[in-house]
Amino acid sequence: MTKLAGASATLSPADEAEVAQAVKQAAADRTPLEIMGGGSRRGLGRPAQAGRTLSMAGLSGITLYEPGALTLVARSGTPLAEIETALAAERQMLSFEPMDHRPIYGLSEAGPTPTIGGVVAVGASGPRRVQAGACRDSLIGVRFVNGAGEAVSSGGRVMKNVTGYDLVKLMAGAFGELGVLTELSFKLSPRPEIAATLRLYRLEDARAVAAMTSALGSPFNVSAAAHAPATLDGEAVTLLRLEGFADSVAYRAGALRDRLAEFGEVEINDDPMDGAAVWSEVRDVAPFAGREGALWRIAVRPSRAAQLVAVISTHREALAYYDWGGGLIWLMTPEDDMAGARILRAESAKIGADAVLVRASDAVRAAAPTFPPQPEAVAALARGLKAKFDPYGVLNPGRMTP
Amino acid sequence: MRMPTPDAEVLARRADIVSRLREIAPGEAVISDPAELKAYECDALTAYRQPPLVVCLPENTEQVAAMLRLCHEMRVPVVPRGAGTSLAGGSLPTADSVILGVSRMAEVLEIDLEDRFVRVQTGVTNLSVTGAVQDEGFFYAPDPSSQLACAIAGNIAMNSGGAHCLKYGVTTNNLLGVRMVTMQGEIIDLGGPHMTEGGYDLLGLICGSEGQLGVVTEAWLRVLPSPEGARPILFGFESSEIAGACVADIIREGVLPVALEFMDGPAIKVCEDFAKAGYPLDAQALLIVEVEGSEAEIASQLAAIRRIAERHGPIAIKESASPAESAAIWAGRKSAFGAMGRISDYMCLDGTIPIGELPGVLRRIEELSEQFGLRVANIFHAGDGNMHPLILFDANKPGDLETCEAFGAEILKLCVDVGGCLTGEHGVGVEKRDLMTHQFNPVDLAQQAAVKDVFDPLWLLNRGKVFPLEIFESRIAA
Repeated sequence: MTKLAGASATLSPADEAEVAQAVKQAAADRTPLEIMGGGSRRGLGRPAQAGRTLSMAGLSGITLYEPGALTLVARSGTPLAEIETALAAERQMLSFEPMDHRPIYGLSEAGPTPTIGGVVAVGASGPRRVQAGACRDSLIGVRFVNGAGEAVSSGGRVMKNVTGYDLVKLMAGAFGELGVLTELSFKLSPRPEIAATLRLYRLEDARAVAAMTSALGSPFNVSAAAHAPATLDGEAVTLLRLEGFADSVAYRAGALRDRLAEFGEVEINDDPMDGAAVWSEVRDVAPFAGREGALWRIAVRPSRAAQLVAVISTHREALAYYDWGGGLIWLMTPEDDMAGARILRAESAKIGADAVLVRASDAVRAAAPTFPPQPEAVAALARGLKAKFDPYGVLNPGRMTP
Repeated sequence: MRMPTPDAEVLARRADIVSRLREIAPGEAVISDPAELKAYECDALTAYRQPPLVVCLPENTEQVAAMLRLCHEMRVPVVPRGAGTSLAGGSLPTADSVILGVSRMAEVLEIDLEDRFVRVQTGVTNLSVTGAVQDEGFFYAPDPSSQLACAIAGNIAMNSGGAHCLKYGVTTNNLLGVRMVTMQGEIIDLGGPHMTEGGYDLLGLICGSEGQLGVVTEAWLRVLPSPEGARPILFGFESSEIAGACVADIIREGVLPVALEFMDGPAIKVCEDFAKAGYPLDAQALLIVEVEGSEAEIASQLAAIRRIAERHGPIAIKESASPAESAAIWAGRKSAFGAMGRISDYMCLDGTIPIGELPGVLRRIEELSEQFGLRVANIFHAGDGNMHPLILFDANKPGDLETCEAFGAEILKLCVDVGGCLTGEHGVGVEKRDLMTHQFNPVDLAQQAAVKDVFDPLWLLNRGKVFPLEIFESRIAA
């Protein structure tokens, strides 16, 4: 850890013991740390109020991969691409389809390298969440260093484990505020032999959500459902994905087409290039990459999604598309008036939706809470946990909680 | 086994506590008659018994909140209870505790198939959730063997699994939200009717916390569309090694069955005697593999699985030919514990191992069986490595229970030593709390105890469970 002793702003530990030592020192000095994997998701949450960066890039590598047990363990700084390559060689995958945040932040592929630790810290889950769950559902074990500089283990490498409290879930999506992730275990899925995308055209938002609901309520095991309204691209398109063995996908595609006949003609495309392209666009929010404007991610009951978008649009300029069968809205709106936070929060609160500000200038993110407000009793529990896990407030302070 | 020493002051104030609880919920909701309290002296871990101070069966969340507020104010320990089917002693009372049972809160509150969730009071049984939606073509996925009796409250407390979680996950993967009352009597919602975002994942923390962080009174459960059909196939093998290799091959080939169950020779015999399911009695290992889909999909998946299995030379293959045969195959598996109970007292373990370790672990269990002089039957969720060794003993024979417990502890330590864990779906309860130091070091345990400190600083909720008693004692002394 060459840089630890010096006055450099970046600490680069090489293993968990060095992470623990760095955090211990930071706790002693009361010097907050910004914890960084590859740095591709720094735009998420609020800017950490930290003087020093703790780079996790040195903790890299897959430590265990058992294809026959659908289990992988990797150090947190391991590039996501390295893991995906290893899994592809065994025709397996991370089932939660982690999003790549670089496109929406204008970062190139030659720029910051997404790491598995970053994926877990922000809980990055993609279109397959409707079928296979979120990042936290695939995560079966963590090792982390708490704010006192102690290494802690929870969960393990087996997929069924209820031994002790589930700190694994707690660490996923905590934005590094409760601990520095050092090692992560996942349960995996077989990579489907083929995927087919079904398309319906020219549906109004509410009608599209109804079509997606019908598909997701069918026995045909739909693995993703998204809708881009006409406002986005000129022609509205509703997308449904089926995955599995070729015979089975062909059968289900036909059955689903029949089921959705009332919504119009269904186009079926099982060209792998088409599927890979369109679903990575949905996953990575390609429609709003490279465009000016604040970006919101709103989790909502699908049946209320179209109405929420309509109401917001009466108040301010907004473009939106739907993932998770309507359970997730990606909404872009101008940055003025705090990115519309007041309207979005008020309208979301009315129907129990959660609006997260995903992209905005540092100034807006520092001033407006990026995460939805919590009732005081819940916020008090969160504060209590933060105080126990990070008693000196040195881990990513302010990143999630102001 | 030692439990926390009852608080003499609480015992002395019993009459006062009972009358104040009756102010909150009059009539039959508060049980204080010693004869009736006997019914609550244990759960399905019947080896340990202790009647509680009083039992409360509130009718709604507000009463739960008022009762917890009162208990907090009067410093009375509380033991939450669902249906009392815990195999780990998760709702074993202490003499100074109030049992807070949710059995009278058993309504399905809302069914929304458009948004694919059901909201229930947590006293409902697991099976009744599916019952509420199956006519519309939906089901609730987690399916513990006790699903006819066990309550959603206990499923959430223990993060219950079942035979079909290889495909569908366990309770935590199918739980969208909870309404929970804290020990201080505050009612909070975590998660809700949809996949929520933002803030620490407190919902994930609550699920599996064994009733030590709050009392969950309502839950939003994800329901899934029922498959068009499902069918199991049976394979008998000459040895556990061969069966284990077959399991790994099935998974590696990318076929993900909905269930992949394993039984060893002794388990096969007991279950076959009971259920007449057509299990091969000459086999030393049995696999039940179930797949789902349309007729054609089932046929093609079963053919693929058959091809893989045939490479391992099965001595018996039996594909279910009718719904009645499928039901019998599952009846044999799901009644395994009951069937075993007819021939002997037994203790059911629940450790999980990495599935590659199966043959070695089974060999070692056999050695230990000889060493301790007690017989074992093994039932195993093979796809996910969750073992259920059943140790047979005679409760009327002095010393047998103790020998059985010592044997069980050795098996669980073995599970941990090969990279697994103490419990895959039953929970720690009182049964495994003293083994926690084998899986976790003091720092790991202190971090978990810190969570308890945040939610329940006085450690009033479900004392004597999960943590070794020394940790509990040091925390309440602090």
